[in-house]
Amino acid sequence: MTVRRTTLGGHTHEFRSLTDVLAKATPARSGDVLAGVAAESQAQRVAAQHVLADVPLATFLTEPVVGYDEDDVTRLILDTHDPAAFTPVASLTVGEFRDWLLARAAERDEAAISGLARGLTPEMVAAVSKVMRNADLVAVARRTRVVTGLRSTLGLPGRLASRLQPNHPTDDAVGVTASILDGLLHGSGDAVIGINPATDSPAQTIALLELVDAVISRYEIPTQSCVLAHVTTTLRAMEAGAPVDLVFASVAGTQAGNRGFGITLDQLTEARAGALELGRGTVGSNVTYFETGQGSALSADAHHGVDGPVDQQTLECRAYGVARHFDPLLVNTVVGFIGPEYLYDGKQVIRAGLEDHFCGKLLGLPMGVDVCYTNHTDVDGDDTDVLTLLLGAAGCAFVIAVPGSDDVMLHYQSLSFTDVLTARSVLDLRPAPEFEAWLAMMDLLDDDGHVRELTPEAPAARALLAAARP
Amino acid sequence: MTDRDGAEMAISAPGGDPWAVLRDATRARVALGRAGDGLPTSRELEFRAAHAAARDAVHTALDADRVRTALTGAGVGLDVLEVHSQAPDRATYLQRPDLGRRLAPDTELPGGAYDLALVLADGLSPRAVHEHAAGTVAAVLDRLPGWSVAPLVLAHQARVALGDPVGEALGAGIVVVLVGERPGLSSADSLGLYLTHGPRPGRADSERNCISNVRPPHGLGYAQAADTLAALLQASRQLGASGVVLKDEGTSLPPGAG
Repeated sequence: MTVRRTTLGGHTHEFRSLTDVLAKATPARSGDVLAGVAAESQAQRVAAQHVLADVPLATFLTEPVVGYDEDDVTRLILDTHDPAAFTPVASLTVGEFRDWLLARAAERDEAAISGLARGLTPEMVAAVSKVMRNADLVAVARRTRVVTGLRSTLGLPGRLASRLQPNHPTDDAVGVTASILDGLLHGSGDAVIGINPATDSPAQTIALLELVDAVISRYEIPTQSCVLAHVTTTLRAMEAGAPVDLVFASVAGTQAGNRGFGITLDQLTEARAGALELGRGTVGSNVTYFETGQGSALSADAHHGVDGPVDQQTLECRAYGVARHFDPLLVNTVVGFIGPEYLYDGKQVIRAGLEDHFCGKLLGLPMGVDVCYTNHTDVDGDDTDVLTLLLGAAGCAFVIAVPGSDDVMLHYQSLSFTDVLTARSVLDLRPAPEFEAWLAMMDLLDDDGHVRELTPEAPAARALLAAARP
Repeated sequence: MTDRDGAEMAISAPGGDPWAVLRDATRARVALGRAGDGLPTSRELEFRAAHAAARDAVHTALDADRVRTALTGAGVGLDVLEVHSQAPDRATYLQRPDLGRRLAPDTELPGGAYDLALVLADGLSPRAVHEHAAGTVAAVLDRLPGWSVAPLVLAHQARVALGDPVGEALGAGIVVVLVGERPGLSSADSLGLYLTHGPRPGRADSERNCISNVRPPHGLGYAQAADTLAALLQASRQLGASGVVLKDEGTSLPPGAG
């Protein structure tokens, strides 16, 4: 452990390790207090940021915060580090790296920023985010380009896609279909039509996969489906010949966290190979989907590193280090879902959403955000509006949308289909190109390319509503 | 006439609303209509009202007098004791679940030897305790003739696991925590019942059994919940254990309830 110190305002602050510096430099959030790693004062937090700004990026290659021998995520991160991609910033400190990113963003040099991804480790990216303000996170993410595809293309400039999330408390086929149709009529679903099943069984998963596949086939919609079952369930569905577009997993930033989710890196490798073999893509071959969220490691008591607990945002970035190994079509942080013991209020959720988006994108991920909250968190629609519009400005690949903001299965609030329309409208963003062409074909777009409100008698509405009739 | 006006006319037209095909199919908030790219004012305000009820349910203080009165009214004659967790206020409670699982240091509970202790814990919805605890307790006691039951314990700023030190201090063989569950948009007053055999600090969530969503008339009724709980209690006493070893009952904690 290297002890690091700085003097600020006549007071000397000492940090016992790199882990300690990272934690204390993190903007305030309840989860780090719960873990006992947060800064004890504002001055100590800024002192840690000073110290962190002077840490050379290369230090993160030799001083892991979670041990190499104990943790397969650390091994994955360090063993797949690309020194050539790292070269342009290899001599910089964390603070200099922030300046470099802002300069390239101002020059709109997307190639320079995006080319770094495999040369950066999650810890480097977490570190630089901690010395960046919200607007810095937006400005750099906007100039970071990550494009993926399966049957629609995601991450293109000037586009904002959405995952249509038609969850139902009993997985009722008619109920799920109604929510899908409502979303399609609002121009949602270009990222994926993705269902959280109420019951994680192979039979239920297959039934839902077939249901969504039938809707997609019937209307020839250029999008993909996903049933967010456990990866072992999806493997069995594939063995049974079910129409699996995407393999889903929740991932965490430590081996212990992934054990808590019941997954291993080998399983993910096997499942991805299985989905690739099905060859269901038309415009690309990204066949995995991952969800993450700050606090998931702590909630599983899987947040320990070489020098005690690691802050939740650094661990979140390490989860991206796992995800990128599997060339995902989609990754999203479920930013306000986990509860006030990890992110307490709107300020913390907005900050975390912007951090997660920036960090994931810089690491090369097609990053989306579930802009959401639970009823025991101090967050409301005004907060989610702010985060959504900032994410739209930051070039977020996709957001999650549910009917009327109300997920009646998971009992939390995410964005509504109309929130997606508003963000697209205000920021001049359009759906994924293939999906946009489909909307036009269905006569769902007006002359400006804006999703029209239909009367029930309009041909598109009649055609789609027909699918809802038993 | 715009499309939107046309839609409204169609919806109000006699003979039915074509969007009803969607609305009738699910409890999800489908076919809400639009005002430009947003929601119509009435829908927006409906949503805010539901969220406000849920938020208020979380932040309502547990009113001990109200619960005592309700217990008396329901014919429950047990003594009622009050305890506090180590979370001094609601903001701390929400951010420090670990404190909500521990008893305040000055807590004194009379030790005894009981078959069962019942803890009424505010949890994430004190409103659920106000409205449904007395009815549930009365129905449960009716079904347990011959059981020795400890004084009732009303617990402030409490998580489910606070029942462990309470049950241990009282000398109860089994503890049942009746706790206000995290409010949903359409269910701000749901009570959850968590059964733990051999309560002591350190019990895992997998060692508990849960009956969720006690909330008549919309959710589970008192009699139905008490029937299930009484059966679980008998089985747990016989088996000398609780949790995943007791079959056919949910055992997982909903998010935020632990």
